[in-house]
Amino acid sequence: MSELNTAVQEPKAHPRRKQKEKKPNSLWSDAWYDLRRNKVFLVGTAIAILLILMAIMPGVFAPQNPLACNLVDARQGISSEHWFGIDNQGCDTFSRVIHGARISILVGLLTSVVTGLVGGVLGLIAGFYGRWVDVILSRLAEIFFAIPSILGALLLLSAVGRDAAGVWTVVLALAILAWPMVLRIMRAAVITAKSQDYVTAARALGASPFRISVRHILPNAVAPVIVVCTMNLGVFIAGEAALSFLGVGIQSPNISWGLMIADARNRFLMAPEPLIFPAIFLSITVLSFVMIGDAVRDALDPKLR
Amino acid sequence: MAAAADRILEVRDLVKHFPLTSGVVLKRQIGAIKAVDGVSFDLNRGETLGIVGESGCGKSTLAKLLMALERPTSGSVKVNGREIANARGGELKRMRRNIQMVMQDPYTSLNPRMTVGDIVGEPYDIHTEVAPKGDRRKKVQELLEVVGLNPDHINRYPHQFSGGQRQRIGIARGLALQPEVIVCDEPVSALDVSIQAQVINLLERLQREFSLAYIFIAHDLSVVRHISDRVGVMYLGKFVELGKDAEIYDRPAHPYTQALLSAVPVPDPEGREQRERIILQGDPPSPANPPSGCRFRTRCWKAQEICAEQEPLLQIRPGTAHASACHFAETHDVVHVN
Amino acid sequence: MKKRSATDVLPAEGGLGNEPLLTVDNLHVEFHTRAGIVRAVNGVSYSLSAGETLAVLGESGSGKSVTAQAIMGILDMPPAVIPKGEIRFHGTNLLTLSEEGRTQVRGERIAMIFQDALSALNPVFTVGWQISEMFRVHRGMSKRDGMKKAVELMDKVRIPAARQRVNDYPHQFSGGMRQRIMIAMSIALDPEVLIADEPTTALDVTVQAQIMELLAELQRESNMGLILITHDLGVVADVADKISVMYAGRIVENAPVHDIYKAPAHPYSKGLLDSIPRVDHKGQELYAIKGLPPNLLDMPTGCAFHPRCPYRQDNCVTDVPPLYEISGVRSSACHYWREVLDGSRG
Repeated sequence: MSELNTAVQEPKAHPRRKQKEKKPNSLWSDAWYDLRRNKVFLVGTAIAILLILMAIMPGVFAPQNPLACNLVDARQGISSEHWFGIDNQGCDTFSRVIHGARISILVGLLTSVVTGLVGGVLGLIAGFYGRWVDVILSRLAEIFFAIPSILGALLLLSAVGRDAAGVWTVVLALAILAWPMVLRIMRAAVITAKSQDYVTAARALGASPFRISVRHILPNAVAPVIVVCTMNLGVFIAGEAALSFLGVGIQSPNISWGLMIADARNRFLMAPEPLIFPAIFLSITVLSFVMIGDAVRDALDPKLR
Repeated sequence: MAAAADRILEVRDLVKHFPLTSGVVLKRQIGAIKAVDGVSFDLNRGETLGIVGESGCGKSTLAKLLMALERPTSGSVKVNGREIANARGGELKRMRRNIQMVMQDPYTSLNPRMTVGDIVGEPYDIHTEVAPKGDRRKKVQELLEVVGLNPDHINRYPHQFSGGQRQRIGIARGLALQPEVIVCDEPVSALDVSIQAQVINLLERLQREFSLAYIFIAHDLSVVRHISDRVGVMYLGKFVELGKDAEIYDRPAHPYTQALLSAVPVPDPEGREQRERIILQGDPPSPANPPSGCRFRTRCWKAQEICAEQEPLLQIRPGTAHASACHFAETHDVVHVN
Repeated sequence: MKKRSATDVLPAEGGLGNEPLLTVDNLHVEFHTRAGIVRAVNGVSYSLSAGETLAVLGESGSGKSVTAQAIMGILDMPPAVIPKGEIRFHGTNLLTLSEEGRTQVRGERIAMIFQDALSALNPVFTVGWQISEMFRVHRGMSKRDGMKKAVELMDKVRIPAARQRVNDYPHQFSGGMRQRIMIAMSIALDPEVLIADEPTTALDVTVQAQIMELLAELQRESNMGLILITHDLGVVADVADKISVMYAGRIVENAPVHDIYKAPAHPYSKGLLDSIPRVDHKGQELYAIKGLPPNLLDMPTGCAFHPRCPYRQDNCVTDVPPLYEISGVRSSACHYWREVLDGSRG
């Protein structure tokens, strides 16, 4: 089998790109090339872009003010004016669903970035320096890792109290429990990269530890972290919804899909729409980010190169 | 013996033991892997010393010690008369300009995220005093040309090259700082047969052009013979024989060298039935627990009591003109290669 | 085509008079990859008789291992496709055999050993269990009898203290010992053909010598046909009866071992032999075949070797050379084999 592999890779790497060999093709651009041709990625990205647009300018998509509610109209079914019906408070469900995207996406992105940075930097330090630094950081990560994430976030948020609950507290609650995963992945990737011959070659040239970690290790170790952060996006969005549903996350009058589902659940049989539509949007959002994460993993997986 | 001024590398009693530990929290040492255990040799300017031996004999660890990538347990490595084994910081960095390496695997020794220009130019980024910033690109292109690559490919990435070409990139990187010594650790064994000769010719040409000295570590004995002026044979962390290439190949004195030479398949079927073949039994013992006395005695057909009691030193013995470490050293021409 | 099972059609051992044991006839193998069709094997033919050692010599990408995998029926299909060719074992085309038929041939009558014994052995089972599996699966033996046979085999391949070591795991053995275990598994069912794919490449020379000696001895004992796949001209000279040299998926030269070392008839074989460092050439530049092995996705026209060939003429760029017959036992796929042969002699 190895014979075939080398035979295929041996010549100029990506044969498909041989014709237009103007720009040098790095592994990153090869990955990007693969991504652009991946249907799963395109579908996921299309949905995600739509959702992000909704989050940035909900007014363009939503026909009505989500906060202009009229109790008289509560629990009306689907109509040409109210596509997703009206909820218990007499608000337009469609408009509220559109506005709900902002917090979901915001929490997802922020948590991903925070965990990626914290876990990534600490993972690089732990993997690169090893010894006692690694022992301390890894043990610390294990302590947090042992806490079941949603339950832990629930405890943290209930300790903080409803008054303080908001986007940042939810982000921190989720991030505090999720960074150890990123640390572990980064650390493992760094340890693998550290033992590569090109690192030895750089040491033989007299390169400083800083240069080795930034020029040689980080670019070769960051791919799995990017993958896990992308995949985590969906998880965090679901997590935010769960926490808001449980009443410790986002609070009214802010709009969150989890909150909307919680508000609608008591009258589900009477008026199913206010529950079903945010749930569908939540699922689609999570799905789209999982699809992107999946595609990114395929593109960055060095075993496929 | 060459004058001391010609001596570029001086290795004395070099020892590297890797501790074996047990226990998770309270680590205690339960032994040591004696990877390199008392190696001494000199290398002169423009000379090639071949080092042969089987896997686990310590030849790669020796390379790392010479490059100051590992610190020795004891002993000394002097480059141009200055100790590199214990040098640190700026001093070590300066000394590295004199001794560089070419690694075995051209697929893992180049950073896949860097362009060829960045890889070959990295030595100049680290040792900024060697080439002013404006000159670097030109210098890198010159180096690529010297090793037989197209200088226009400076912006390509390693995966766009074949194994042999990558090895040339690695050689160009090794040459960048104009070192006097290059340690080649199995530089051709990962390459296709038809490419090996190209790379060996390149190394020889560079040696002539830049009067380089090579430490050439390999397991392919015919390649080592071709390129080396002197050859050292390693077994379990020690040199068992050291001499000029013809002495080692035509008049080997140590039983291990004889067995090694006779085991190498000769690429000529003529008279293969008559060829003398010494087939050693078993595998080399573990370097964590080497046999007492002579380390080869457990596989040696000449072994007697003295071999278990007294360690034979590497020295010139009666009846031989070069150093060997065997109580019963006796030259014996095993293979007759034409 | 109706798939037949092996027992219906394969004669018992011994078989037909003069028909070679195994014949590969005009075999083509393609891999359909994302990057395009890789023609790994383009019309390979060779044959093997009982007791004979055939060396298939080539570099990575030459198709030597793919051919062997096709014989064993262990190619992943897809991506591999065999559009043309036959592999005849005792006169029966293995490629049209049913899966059960192939399973009966594989391991039992044609066995294979690989370069990397560590990854070919399963790390979670003891070596005794893995060797005895051959007997349990193919011979329906009990666990106890299988283990007994495993110990016998480990003795036969000269693993010291076989009785104690039978319950050890693969990682507890050295590289040479693991290769012996692989050999023990492959000869367990007394195969008629043994394919050894770079069996000693990962081993040290002294251990390599042990393994090659063991293989030769086993072959003598049981009169097996041995296909030795290698890139090492030394190993070939030591053990082979005849050689097929492969380049870019084709056989470029077939010859008895003594003839080819004396006077190769293809520029590629000649180049390989000339590039071996020789004592009398010390201090001189080695002969080196110029250029690089071809890209299988973008093969040169005509003769695949022409960009690297010192004998090239205009027609080499356009016409694919057939295998010219030089004598009853020799052939070369070079338009100018006469010149090459004369040059080799001179």
